[in-house]
Amino acid sequence: MRRLHPAVVLLLCAFAAVAGCGERERADGPPASVLHRGNAFEPETLDPHRVRSVETFNIIRDLYEGLIAEQPGGELGPGVAETWTVSEDGLTWRFRLRDNARWSNGDAVTAEDFAWSLRRAVHPDTGSYYAQMLSVIEDISVPEPGVLVLHLSGPTPYLPGLLAQPIAYPVHRATVETHGERFTRPGLNVSNGAYRIVEWEAHSHVRVERNLYYWNDERTRIHAVVFHPIEAESTELARYRAGDLHMTRTIPVQQYEWLQRNLSDELHVTPYLSTYFYGFNLTKPPFQGNLPLRKALSLAIDREVLAEQVVGSGEVPAYAWVTPGIDNYETQRPEWADWPRDQRLAEARRLYAEAGYSARNPLRVELRYNTAESHRRIAVAIASMWREQLGVEATLHNEEWQVFLNSRQSQQLEVYRSGWVGDYNDANTFAEAMMSTHGLNDMGWKNEEYDQLVVAAGRERDPAARRELLEQAERLLLSEYPVMPIYYYVSKALVKPTVGGYVPNVMNVHPSRHLYLRD
Amino acid sequence: MLAHSVKRVVGAVPTLFILITLAFFMMRLAPGGPFDAEKALAPEVQANLDRIYHLDEPLPAQYARYLGNVVRGDLGPSFQYQDWTVNELIARGLPVSLRLGVTALVLALLLGVTAGTLAALRQNAATDHAVMTAAMTGISIPNFVMAPLLILVFAVWLGWLPAGGWSGGALRNMLLPVVVLTLPLVAYIARLTRGSMIEVLRSDYIRTARAKGLPERTVVLRHALRPALLPVVSFLGPAIAALLSGSLVVEQIFGLPGIGRYFVQGALNRDYTLVMGVVIFYGSLVIVMNVIVDLVYAWLDPKVRY
Amino acid sequence: MAGSESQVLSDAWHRLRRNRAAVVAAAILAAITLLALFAPALSPHPYDHTYWDKVSIAPTLSDGHLFGTDAVGRDLFVRTLHGGRISLLVGIAATLVSLLIGVGWGATAGYLGGRVDAVMMRIVDILYAIPFVFLVILLMVAFGRNILLIFIAIGAIKWLDMARIVRGQTLSLKRREFVEAAQAAGVSSFAIIRRHIVPNLLGVVAVYVTLTIPQVILIESFLSFLGLGVQEPSTSWGLLVADGAREMQNAPWMLLFPALFLAVTLFCFNFIGDGLRDALDPKDR
Repeated sequence: MRRLHPAVVLLLCAFAAVAGCGERERADGPPASVLHRGNAFEPETLDPHRVRSVETFNIIRDLYEGLIAEQPGGELGPGVAETWTVSEDGLTWRFRLRDNARWSNGDAVTAEDFAWSLRRAVHPDTGSYYAQMLSVIEDISVPEPGVLVLHLSGPTPYLPGLLAQPIAYPVHRATVETHGERFTRPGLNVSNGAYRIVEWEAHSHVRVERNLYYWNDERTRIHAVVFHPIEAESTELARYRAGDLHMTRTIPVQQYEWLQRNLSDELHVTPYLSTYFYGFNLTKPPFQGNLPLRKALSLAIDREVLAEQVVGSGEVPAYAWVTPGIDNYETQRPEWADWPRDQRLAEARRLYAEAGYSARNPLRVELRYNTAESHRRIAVAIASMWREQLGVEATLHNEEWQVFLNSRQSQQLEVYRSGWVGDYNDANTFAEAMMSTHGLNDMGWKNEEYDQLVVAAGRERDPAARRELLEQAERLLLSEYPVMPIYYYVSKALVKPTVGGYVPNVMNVHPSRHLYLRD
Repeated sequence: MLAHSVKRVVGAVPTLFILITLAFFMMRLAPGGPFDAEKALAPEVQANLDRIYHLDEPLPAQYARYLGNVVRGDLGPSFQYQDWTVNELIARGLPVSLRLGVTALVLALLLGVTAGTLAALRQNAATDHAVMTAAMTGISIPNFVMAPLLILVFAVWLGWLPAGGWSGGALRNMLLPVVVLTLPLVAYIARLTRGSMIEVLRSDYIRTARAKGLPERTVVLRHALRPALLPVVSFLGPAIAALLSGSLVVEQIFGLPGIGRYFVQGALNRDYTLVMGVVIFYGSLVIVMNVIVDLVYAWLDPKVRY
Repeated sequence: MAGSESQVLSDAWHRLRRNRAAVVAAAILAAITLLALFAPALSPHPYDHTYWDKVSIAPTLSDGHLFGTDAVGRDLFVRTLHGGRISLLVGIAATLVSLLIGVGWGATAGYLGGRVDAVMMRIVDILYAIPFVFLVILLMVAFGRNILLIFIAIGAIKWLDMARIVRGQTLSLKRREFVEAAQAAGVSSFAIIRRHIVPNLLGVVAVYVTLTIPQVILIESFLSFLGLGVQEPSTSWGLLVADGAREMQNAPWMLLFPALFLAVTLFCFNFIGDGLRDALDPKDR
């Protein structure tokens, strides 16, 4: 034993050295004025102009504030802009900034800050994914201190929705110019929202604390917010149940029924501006120029079973492209959506035969999706429905995300899974995504009439006429079957009863400044 | 001996070079790029990003540039986590992974050697069967089953331990991940120790020692343990590799901020530089550990001399 | 000349048969293999058929869903056995790949010796230090999941151990009288390796194979857990277990049955491997 000692001592020393380098242990459980939120994954960046994911938007929204800001129910209202006016032709918007708006270092938030930031956001060197959203802005000017004027290329009734997005948030010019890409770091970052960043441990947490200079700080009730990046939904749930989190970002679908039975008071399932759909590649056979086939496949699937049983956590069967819950818009519905299932199937079989397929000569098609449990279930179910109802021989192929995007964008596949999340509460965000030039349109669907209708809607000032144009465009889209809508997403979250001020909304935005913790 | 170990470390440079080269080209052969998104970037923005990150250069040029930077200790910016450099991410993640790995290894050695020795001393008795059955179980249950099971029992049902998270490395946060990492290693080490201990106990010099009337305790600890540990020491190399791949699973399930999860995430998101950084780090670690294992082996085994 | 060797093997065989744990393990393993091969054909349920009215149902005798159904209503009994086919196939095929490379490499290096041996084993040393799991993951990411690729990749990692073991054995075999006799008779090196060395390695190789197969099955399930496993609707134990782990709380059977099959199979391979090793160990005589 004595002779072995050095080895044991050595190992123990190594253990002690490594074990000793940890940080202090934190207090057990969340203290009263600190809110712990589950937030999916590590932020890709905290630069509001380069951020990509809606999950990271949650952090950005606490740190920054745009001209327009979300109110407690998700509706839009004054942010840094106190009031604004729109010119008669709808092309000139004039914003008056509140004079008590401050950055977290005490500097005043000026109209120049916004002008500079909007220009930075769309500059190609910034590499923003959402720059296109601001393309309606033709010119920015600051005619007098505290006033920002935006000149647009067309009347854009949904402009407030755009200006509430991170892409239109201001960044602190001096900080960005001094620190470059490092400006988002704690200690360096200067922000103008209700909170400022104090800690950012990659893959552990982001901690923000109230910005005492925020113009409305007296209304901020939560002192600090900790965002935890938790990728696995089951882990997030376990941590929520163990009391580590006040709010989750989502729930594991498999646990939906269990949660409904056991935690129904804390479970919030809310319609969300997002459609789950399959796209047909229209640039190649078998779908190129084969409308009956596309329609047959769309009719043959049972959306009720898919939404309610296969996904089964409150999702809504989708027969159209634009989600319900959009302001000033009526959800479209193809005629057959109200037929009994047998009639739909009979029609699907007729169309399938018309398209030239039969039991002897079945359609052989590959269905591609990106690797994820939920997509896999839907794909298995759809392939099975097509086989049972039409005799289609569908093979499944899953690819991980980047490979999948590559196959999609180079149009190397046949039927593929996709989804779209509306950026703001207006049908335009959906209508635009199906235009022939849009980045989401990997189906290769080109319809000039459709593009013209959407463009015309963008120029229309009268809300009723504009709505009519957009609805007409969607009916055209639905009659051509380039896509097969499957279900409308819902946002799902668990919120502890101690969290007050939580108002479920279609945008699924819950800025921490509107929340509070009960004792 | 020092000269020898320096020679071994220098000799490992080609290994590392092969590893870097294989990983670099495999990453680049994978379809898709780091900036792909569901809604494609505007072409001019894409072109700009490619220029900034030198992705517009021919592959050999990028490879040469990368090697040059690595030699200078610069692993480049991360593509996926745009506000960080790979050096920063690894500097933050490494202590977490190391702490988990070292703790698991030390525990596995202590428990495994003890259990294996006990089993060998009571060969075919109840202790032996119990230890070996437990070891088999440890080997036969994959870590991604063990981890959620432990979470379910100890975090969700009993509420004794957190279900995940790091909290700066608090003991309660480390417990479950360490157990998941340790169990299969304990199992392997116990089996190895048992096997070699049985063999050693039958050898002539142990018989001699016993014949001299030395107490069993002294025979085992002073004479038998050291040679019996040789196979365990050779197993340390593979053990490190097993710990590394185990850390990929454990860090993901428990949501720990180590570098293991950077690897899978980075590979899936085409974060070329981050993946390369982790490969270089883990590769060096395995190489250095193998050298250390050699040295320990030499120290334990009088037959090997440099 | 190989007579003494076959005597050793038949002695070993007797010893193995007296090892009750190994015999029971072999019987169970045979049963699982037969089930995996033939039972899916006997079941009324195809492995990829979806029963819409029976999504996620618990095990029941009445409809023949012995293990219940999965989250899209497919029969888990058939899927577990189908997954077993894939897992066993991957395990055996990848082990064979490693066997071919490893035995060839190790026997050659050991038999030829000298500088050839030094160079060949140096290559093994270099490759040994590479964390191959990382490269396998990159390989799957780069070339997509493909069952052939999975076992070639795993086999390519595992041959290193084999090469080392075989080389060691060959070094000692080389000095045996029957090899020296063949050399004296002018038989070519290649023929000696093929006819005398390789057959005499059988024992070691058998132990190695039984211990490698479970490791390969584990690697495959690890890849499945990371989402890099086989394509739907095909499945493997690893994939089923990874899925089941997600459903553990509300549908424990989805984890229980595949995990049981996986664990029992790994158990059996390990017991047989241990038994074989004991049986072949000359010190036990």
